[in-house]
Amino acid sequence: MQDAVTTIMVDRTLDRSQGGERIRLIARNVFPFVVVGGIWEIIAWSGIFPRRLFPTLEEVAASFVQLTITGILPHHAIETLIRLLTGFALAGIFGVTIGVLMGRSRRAEDIFLPLVSIGAPIPGLAYAPLFLLWFGLGNISAVLLVGFVSAFPIIFNSWTGVKAVKEIWVRSAQAMGADDRRLFRHVILPGALPYILTGLRLGLAQAWRILVAVEMLAAVPWGLGWLIFGARKFLNTDAMLAGIVVIALIGLALEKFVFQKIENYTVVRWGMISS
Amino acid sequence: MVPIEIRDVSLIYDTPGGKVPGVKDVNLNIGASEFVCIVGPSGCGKSTLLNIVAGFLEPAAGEIRIGGKKVDGHGMDRGVVFQDFAQLFPWRTALGNVTFGLEMKGVPKDERERIAHEQLRLVKLDKFTGSYPHHLSGGMQQRVAIARALAYNPSVLLMDEPFAALDALTRDDMQRLLAEVWRETRKTVIYVTHNVSEAVYLADRVIVMTPHPGTVKAEIRIPLSRPRDPLSVEFLDFQKELLRHLGHETGTNEPTKTNGKADA
Repeated sequence: MQDAVTTIMVDRTLDRSQGGERIRLIARNVFPFVVVGGIWEIIAWSGIFPRRLFPTLEEVAASFVQLTITGILPHHAIETLIRLLTGFALAGIFGVTIGVLMGRSRRAEDIFLPLVSIGAPIPGLAYAPLFLLWFGLGNISAVLLVGFVSAFPIIFNSWTGVKAVKEIWVRSAQAMGADDRRLFRHVILPGALPYILTGLRLGLAQAWRILVAVEMLAAVPWGLGWLIFGARKFLNTDAMLAGIVVIALIGLALEKFVFQKIENYTVVRWGMISS
Repeated sequence: MVPIEIRDVSLIYDTPGGKVPGVKDVNLNIGASEFVCIVGPSGCGKSTLLNIVAGFLEPAAGEIRIGGKKVDGHGMDRGVVFQDFAQLFPWRTALGNVTFGLEMKGVPKDERERIAHEQLRLVKLDKFTGSYPHHLSGGMQQRVAIARALAYNPSVLLMDEPFAALDALTRDDMQRLLAEVWRETRKTVIYVTHNVSEAVYLADRVIVMTPHPGTVKAEIRIPLSRPRDPLSVEFLDFQKELLRHLGHETGTNEPTKTNGKADA
């Protein structure tokens, strides 16, 4: 009986300390934003910059709400998101295919590795004028450029991942009668998955960078890059900042609700990487 | 079960330092359902020989016949268990690992899961069928590996120091378990180890190999009845005899002193 009581009390204390832990964790994450926000407000109110060029956070928030209610911001965001995901899907399909091929076949490696090594360090935006001349202003250029540029980290990581598949898995599978096709599907792909996911994550970051830039250049009628760039003409810094906030939110959502979910369901559950 | 014939098998490694003979003119006949241990110091070619039988390495000369059929690459007549715990597929549960070979063989899902459950029960892991390898201890992972190698019912089981990386107590348990599994399945087993007492505990016959080049130095029959008592006088006598064969090679006159070395 005494034991039971003690246990319950211990449990309570544990609960409380866990709750405290969570609050502390949230506080630790929020703290830097509070500091930066505070500095921002001080500068905005100090009048160093004209208010029009350096709005207060309240004005940015008001503008964000206003643009959201009128549907302008969601429209921009959806256009951007469609381009992003289309381009990224292309990069994912071609990137993983080429990378895995390079890892599996010596000949593919000989052909692609020099090309990829030279292409990868070139800033994606340098290709933009070429793509705009070849494919014209608009969606096709933007999507193709995003796909092209973000394929590089995906190729590199898929290639490394296939190379990193443990020889002992391959041997075990062969000993158990796996032919090349099933070896690929049941051993090489899952074995390389931690690297492939890293490649996709880096690819997505790359896709964002190039897309927002190219939306500023490609004269597309909608898109967050265009919103931010276009707003400069009217000194609408609050709209620019609202656009930046949306980019951050979408990026965060993709990371939290797509990548982390996939990882938790696969490589983390398998103990191949720690969460 | 089937016999294994190893005839005049030689293999030479091409290393940056020149050609190094791995094994030279090895001849062995292993009877159906016989449990053979190969012992020897590092570099004596015991693992090389096992890999040739498994079909992972091709001999430079000679041939291997399993049940009269010449070995050409790996095949499902052989199950292989390695020393490395990492041999299991981390993305498959214990059950998924054990069903792998059956899946490759085209056995329907229900049937292969039934067999896998049976195999996992044989290695006393029926409570852990749904666990991923990283949640299992080293000993449990090796038991899954044994179940996995047995599941598709090969006639030969090839084991390369499967318990060498385990702690001593777990290793004792595993040896007992393996002896039981062998009694029930009656596979022909080639078991590579550098642990002399393990060899005496498990084997019908122990093959002693010596390095540079890897050749068979001695064959010792262990006619002790099973289960064996590792502390009995006969058991220790066989252990001494084996150590004498191994100790001779290390150049010491005091064979018992090499106990630690041969056991390490």
